Amino acid sequence: MKSYEVDVAVIGGGSAGLAAAIVVKKAGLQVLIIERDKELGGITLQCIHNGFGLHEFKEELTGPEYVQRFINEAKKLDIPSKLDTMVIEFTPNKTIYAVNNREGLIQIKAKAIILAMGCRERTRGAINIPGFRPAGIYTAGQAQRFVNIEGYLPGRTYVILGSGDIGMIMARRLTWEGCQVKAVVEIQPYVSGLLRNQVQCLEDYDIPLITTYTVTKIHGKDRVKGVTISKVDRKFDRIIGSDKFIECDTLLLSVGLIPENELTREAGAEISEMGGPIVDNNLETTIEGVFACGNVLQVHDLVDLVTAEAKRAGLNAIEYIKEKYGKKIEKREKIKCISGENVNYVKPDLINKSDLSKDIIFTFRVKRPDRRILIQFKDDKNKVVFKRKRRYVIPSEMIELKLNLSEQQIDPDCKSLEVEVIPRPEVLIEED
Amino acid sequence: MIYDVIIIGGGVTGCCIARTLSKYDLNICLLEKEGEVASGTTKANSGVIHAGYAAEREYIKRYLSIRGNSLYTQAAKELNFPFKRIGSFVVALEDDQIKELEEYRKKGIEDGIPGLEVILDTKKIKEMEPHLTHEVVGVLHAPTAGLASPYELTFALAENAATNGVKFFRNHEVVRIKHQDYTFTVRTYQSEFQGRNLINAAGLYAARISKMLGLDYFSIMPRKGEYILFDRNAIQLNKILFPMATKVSKGILVCPTLHGNTFVGPNAQNITDFEDISTTTAGLKEILEGGMKLVPSLPARSSIRNFAGLRAVPDTYDFIIDNTDVYGFINVAGILSPGLTATFAIAEKVVDYLELLGVELKEKEDYNPIRPKPERFKDFTKEELDKKIQEDPTWGRIICRCETIPEREIINAIHAPVGANTVDGVKFRCRPGMGRCQGGFCRPRVIEILSRELGKSYEEITKKGEDSNILVGRTKDFMLKSESGGIRY
Repeated sequence: MKSYEVDVAVIGGGSAGLAAAIVVKKAGLQVLIIERDKELGGITLQCIHNGFGLHEFKEELTGPEYVQRFINEAKKLDIPSKLDTMVIEFTPNKTIYAVNNREGLIQIKAKAIILAMGCRERTRGAINIPGFRPAGIYTAGQAQRFVNIEGYLPGRTYVILGSGDIGMIMARRLTWEGCQVKAVVEIQPYVSGLLRNQVQCLEDYDIPLITTYTVTKIHGKDRVKGVTISKVDRKFDRIIGSDKFIECDTLLLSVGLIPENELTREAGAEISEMGGPIVDNNLETTIEGVFACGNVLQVHDLVDLVTAEAKRAGLNAIEYIKEKYGKKIEKREKIKCISGENVNYVKPDLINKSDLSKDIIFTFRVKRPDRRILIQFKDDKNKVVFKRKRRYVIPSEMIELKLNLSEQQIDPDCKSLEVEVIPRPEVLIEED
Repeated sequence: MIYDVIIIGGGVTGCCIARTLSKYDLNICLLEKEGEVASGTTKANSGVIHAGYAAEREYIKRYLSIRGNSLYTQAAKELNFPFKRIGSFVVALEDDQIKELEEYRKKGIEDGIPGLEVILDTKKIKEMEPHLTHEVVGVLHAPTAGLASPYELTFALAENAATNGVKFFRNHEVVRIKHQDYTFTVRTYQSEFQGRNLINAAGLYAARISKMLGLDYFSIMPRKGEYILFDRNAIQLNKILFPMATKVSKGILVCPTLHGNTFVGPNAQNITDFEDISTTTAGLKEILEGGMKLVPSLPARSSIRNFAGLRAVPDTYDFIIDNTDVYGFINVAGILSPGLTATFAIAEKVVDYLELLGVELKEKEDYNPIRPKPERFKDFTKEELDKKIQEDPTWGRIICRCETIPEREIINAIHAPVGANTVDGVKFRCRPGMGRCQGGFCRPRVIEILSRELGKSYEEITKKGEDSNILVGRTKDFMLKSESGGIRY
């Protein structure tokens, strides 16, 4: 078995893995990217629409253009990568086992590991749509791959379930291919993707968006022949008598993304309820020296934010190797971050008390849209340590806050910090 | 050519008969209407190998399932399909149900079922199955009950039968049968077959086949059962859990699978459409609620797939295994639960009938009962794996990342005897697309491999046979005009 030793091994060569590897290499450490596909770039490669790079490069790029800049830089820096290589296991002592068809099984011993495996799409089973199981049902990302990479059309007439970003982008993409998108059906009363995609992908092409409806039956035994959609009540139960039949030969699902953490879980890292690993403010998982960034940690709305997060993970891995690797580390005291009112999740999950004087970046998403709200951080004695007004919040936008907790005079004995998004008191008074 | 035996139906029953008969010096062929074997009732089946206590004593299915269960040990050794005796519980939630459990135990022991015991010590029960509801008052433990993968068993049977000379014809739906001069002429859409003996193992369509020869002494109706499958990370059980049986079925069970997942189901709905394997909102709710009575912690949010299967329910509620009035025609019909359990015993019975018909059963000298275990990436140690990839690099190209399936396993599945020729055929043989992402990542690669190995275009590759094509054309093809001048569709 071939064996390698590196300072930092990065699992995943997409937007997150590339940005992290570049930071590490620039600091003069050895890095290796392990990528399962035959080229670097990850899922961004099939996102041929524009809208990438507005934060990172202050210009508007397509997905492949965006990620190519990182691939070029990695090439310039001579960052080694193993392509077509699948990691089958990594251990808490940071040994990675991977296979490829050139070297067989390989072993990579690293001082630190950065996880950047991205996410996968939720499937039909996860949402339990009744009906037949014919051909013609795809996740939006799978259809995107067929159309943009392989050059094949999965169907001619479509219904898209879920108004996630990929679903809306595919609605436009397929319209360009001469296909007909009959409707985008969303169970929530609001669009689950970004507003700009609603405008640019659906409204500009007169594609009907049907909210508070869901697909309740799939017709067709061999190939999809149509779907029944039904209105749902507040508990998402079908309202009897509201059924409508839509003829189509393909159903696309855009019903959410799940961080891909099988390896992480098998290695023994704790995983949060939303699917990403539990991390501290250094993006370090519960396994020492293993960091996570990008969609494997939390599903991002913009690739630019993935890049920013990955750079932080890279810097933290460098610091870990320089300051802590090989040294006995005392058990660090931590503050737990809790999701409060209207908060779906919050990252980091833990804050090291020793890092309280540093700037900490919090990222979170709300459960439902709201306007004129207050974001509040409360300690375990219900004392508000930080608050900020915001005009609106929507679940599709990730909220990012940089905060220095010691400046906010947090009690050093505090055990937990609750993040909540509540209506502003003055708004409540107005409405009374 | 005139075959000695023609078998209609490539489900587990038909394939098991084919394999059992392949031991003898006979010319045999099997006709299956779908693109793959194991496409009907066999595919969406609980996979439970019952201990055999459940059916009443007046039914032959009771005795065939008890015998069939005992034959599994040897068969699993020869055919190398996944099989494990993990034991089952019938769960009593009320004190007065204990009586019934005792009754099952007593009769079961008398009829030769090993190891049956009634356990009333709830602490011990919870130790054996920690996920079981705390409302349990007692269980009937059947240690010989087990799990087999019904479709993997069927693929193994077909493969071994083919190795021993049985000819398989898929995509051959029987439309007409003629019987003249002791010869059956079986017409399918594509071809015609002649045989001296005809075995009807057509599952749901067995009554229809029987009627083609004028025999309408039984009828078969489909009974639908729906299932929900859960992610293996969400819950793992030790035992097969049955509720107390009702008149129509053994009830909704909660059951581990051989691959570490858990499923709940089936319910039982009598329907009239022979192809209706749709799942329904009400049905999925029913099985989830039913399952939660036994396992309250069922992870509803972690379901990865739901599906339905049809049982072939005869009007007699028992297996119909008959040497009929038409000389040489054997019905093997109405194989409802516990048909999978009984399958090897059913095949033995068919051999007896052929003997009665005067068919000469001479054992072949070169009969090979062994179907080698398909090589699996997951079964290799790290050293073996390294060596394998050095010898054959396709072992090192992982196609399905959820289940870790390399290209080599898929190629092997395609080129095995009676191998896969559809995406579902590949999926059921070696599992790419069975995992968490349900094919989201690997489907394009599986299509690529099928297209290359079978020499077909991407558009010709289907999910499960005719009319279930996956891709409909190339991008930008709307700009190409067809010969007739219109836009090509």
